[in-house]
Amino acid sequence: MTTTTVLAPQAPSEDKRWRQVDVRMRRLGYRPDGLIEVMHTVQELFGYLDDDALSYVGRSLRVPLSKVFGVATFYSHFTLKPQGLHTCVVCTGTACYISGAAGLLAAVEGALEVEPGGTTADGQVSLLKARCLGACSMAPAVVIDGEVHGKVSANDLVERLGAL
Amino acid sequence: MSGAPASPARPRRQPEPLVPEGPVRASANVCQAAGCLSMGSDRVFNELRDAVLAAGLDDVAVRRVGCLGLCAAGPLVAVPQQGRLFEHVSPDGGINASGLVDSLAGGGAGGVDVAKSRFFADQVKVVLQNCGTVDPERLEDYVEAGGYEALTKAVTAMSPDEVIAEVVRSGLRGRGGAGYPTGLKWRTVAKAGAPHGKYVVCNADEGDPGAFMDRSVLESCPQQVLEGMAIAAYAVGASQGYVYVRAEYPLAVKRLSSAIRQAEREGFLGRQIGGTRFEFEVEVRIGAGAFVCGEETALIASIQGGRGTPKPRPPYPAASGLWGAPTLINNVETFANIPAVINRGGDWLSSIGTERSKGTKVFALTGAVVNTGLIEVPMGLTLRQIVFDIGGGLAPGRRFKAVQTGGPSGGCLPEDLLDMPVDYENLAAAGSIVGSGGMIVMDDTACMVDVAKFFMDFCREESCGKCLPCRAGTDQMYRLLDRISSGRATQAHLGQLEQLAGMVRATSLCGLGQGAPNPVFSTLRYFRDEYLAHIDDGKCPAGVCRITPGFSQRGAADEMVAAETGGMP
Repeated sequence: MTTTTVLAPQAPSEDKRWRQVDVRMRRLGYRPDGLIEVMHTVQELFGYLDDDALSYVGRSLRVPLSKVFGVATFYSHFTLKPQGLHTCVVCTGTACYISGAAGLLAAVEGALEVEPGGTTADGQVSLLKARCLGACSMAPAVVIDGEVHGKVSANDLVERLGAL
Repeated sequence: MSGAPASPARPRRQPEPLVPEGPVRASANVCQAAGCLSMGSDRVFNELRDAVLAAGLDDVAVRRVGCLGLCAAGPLVAVPQQGRLFEHVSPDGGINASGLVDSLAGGGAGGVDVAKSRFFADQVKVVLQNCGTVDPERLEDYVEAGGYEALTKAVTAMSPDEVIAEVVRSGLRGRGGAGYPTGLKWRTVAKAGAPHGKYVVCNADEGDPGAFMDRSVLESCPQQVLEGMAIAAYAVGASQGYVYVRAEYPLAVKRLSSAIRQAEREGFLGRQIGGTRFEFEVEVRIGAGAFVCGEETALIASIQGGRGTPKPRPPYPAASGLWGAPTLINNVETFANIPAVINRGGDWLSSIGTERSKGTKVFALTGAVVNTGLIEVPMGLTLRQIVFDIGGGLAPGRRFKAVQTGGPSGGCLPEDLLDMPVDYENLAAAGSIVGSGGMIVMDDTACMVDVAKFFMDFCREESCGKCLPCRAGTDQMYRLLDRISSGRATQAHLGQLEQLAGMVRATSLCGLGQGAPNPVFSTLRYFRDEYLAHIDDGKCPAGVCRITPGFSQRGAADEMVAAETGGMP
């Protein structure tokens, strides 16, 4: 008679951050419905979700890889590509749109030669669009490295990004 | 591709608020909601704290509070004992520039007299009663203001049926947009059989662009929402709750999580609430940037860790929701109304508002008005009162064109309708919706075709793709709107757009698709002349759209015939 041992999935690397991911999964009881919560944790720690990460999380929570990938690509918050050193999020909600968000985007695209969703060639700045930051009373709003700036002008924004 | 900001990094521990030992003569309440924070109100707090300490004012409190409402004039500091509001308080050294410290010391009255301000005059605060008066991170502030009295009263002195009867009597309707009677929903969940328990879910996935009511409530007084949820859980017989918040609101998530921990510690959540056998726990679930997750069945799918795609209803979540169990889903603002309903009675709430829309509504007033910010008004105030009295009208030289309500499922209302009282029925009859409460004022620099196109672009990108009418219909409508806005359309394209809009509205699976044509319908209803100017004259009256030169109406008509006949002439 042979016995089969189910091996716990191996973390993709020795990186200590995986221990934090493991802690998160353990707290959620390795329940499959904790998938999105765990993805948030991985993205917070590593900045993005790569194939190894998705596969590790899927095997640990016993969620098929097809479903893991489906969830990761359904939600716009998750990114499968590494981000730049800095991020610039331009809000494109209604109030910001009315107040000239399109002009801000165009200015950054032109000045840094980067498209929304992309990262500059030198890996310095990622340009992102947000649906609405809820900072409508200060439209147009942008978020640079987590800090909200309201009522920004195109020149002002390009200058700020240049100074990063 | 969109993305949300990472949580603001705050490694250093923030200084504690100044609370005098003895009686408080004056209290400086420094707004710490997202709007004022982005203008440096955390530095204002620190400097003001230092200045008050340096001046030796030992009977003056300096506190952090939630949203004070008038975001346009931030950073804001309120001194309630003196009825003053200090606007644009500079964090850059000039903390006393508007006489704030002198005023606190008892000399001179700087700032604005709140009692005389048009912005505050017509407002009635029920949901926002604690916004701007309590510290969102201090449970003791909320308790001091009467917080958790309603929960204690409900669990110790009322039966679940009595709680539901009170909510029914209040006439409260869902504040997330649909306006379904809250009491009826509670009764349905309460009656549902539940071998595996029931759930209470708070929908804080405020995805409408141009709306920040829920964000402000969660950032200003998360305890009030938790209290409302706990009362709901007692009424329907649930012991587990979830708050589903957008990832774009890191500050709301932080304050809510801290509020849950504090409430558990003080016995307002957890086991044996109010010394009874009632128990209720709350967990936070963070969304991941999908507008459709505001739809209740999609939200459930997302809490369960899957793609947020909606399901046909019935069964409604009240019968079969989270993990198939009866689930009560209400919006942040709905829950925030509940403590007042229990404390002051359903009859009290139903004395406010119109015949069929009771109570108040919180609106995020933004766009081309002078006083942008967060307001709470009784149902039935007219648009004119909101935009011109509270909002202070438009900037000098600008002309009012439209006010957009209800986000991507709402509509644009013209000047003729300014005297219409705002309630669920009137807005629906006018082709818009109350929605979650975003109210964006547009002036003569906005092109209505472009606005319709903006919302359609939003809907086509946010469509989850499950049903065809929404997935393909929104994209085709966008293309038609793009044609019209660039002056490459004929009357026939306009006809196509209207036909398609009707089809998408009638056949889509969920509210996203069913509501997506609304901006098109409402702009066509009130601003048809702008569409015609693009089509017939090749002009954008507002000068927003880029018109493609050299377009031939005749050639396009031939092209359309060719397309419809499969290329045969």
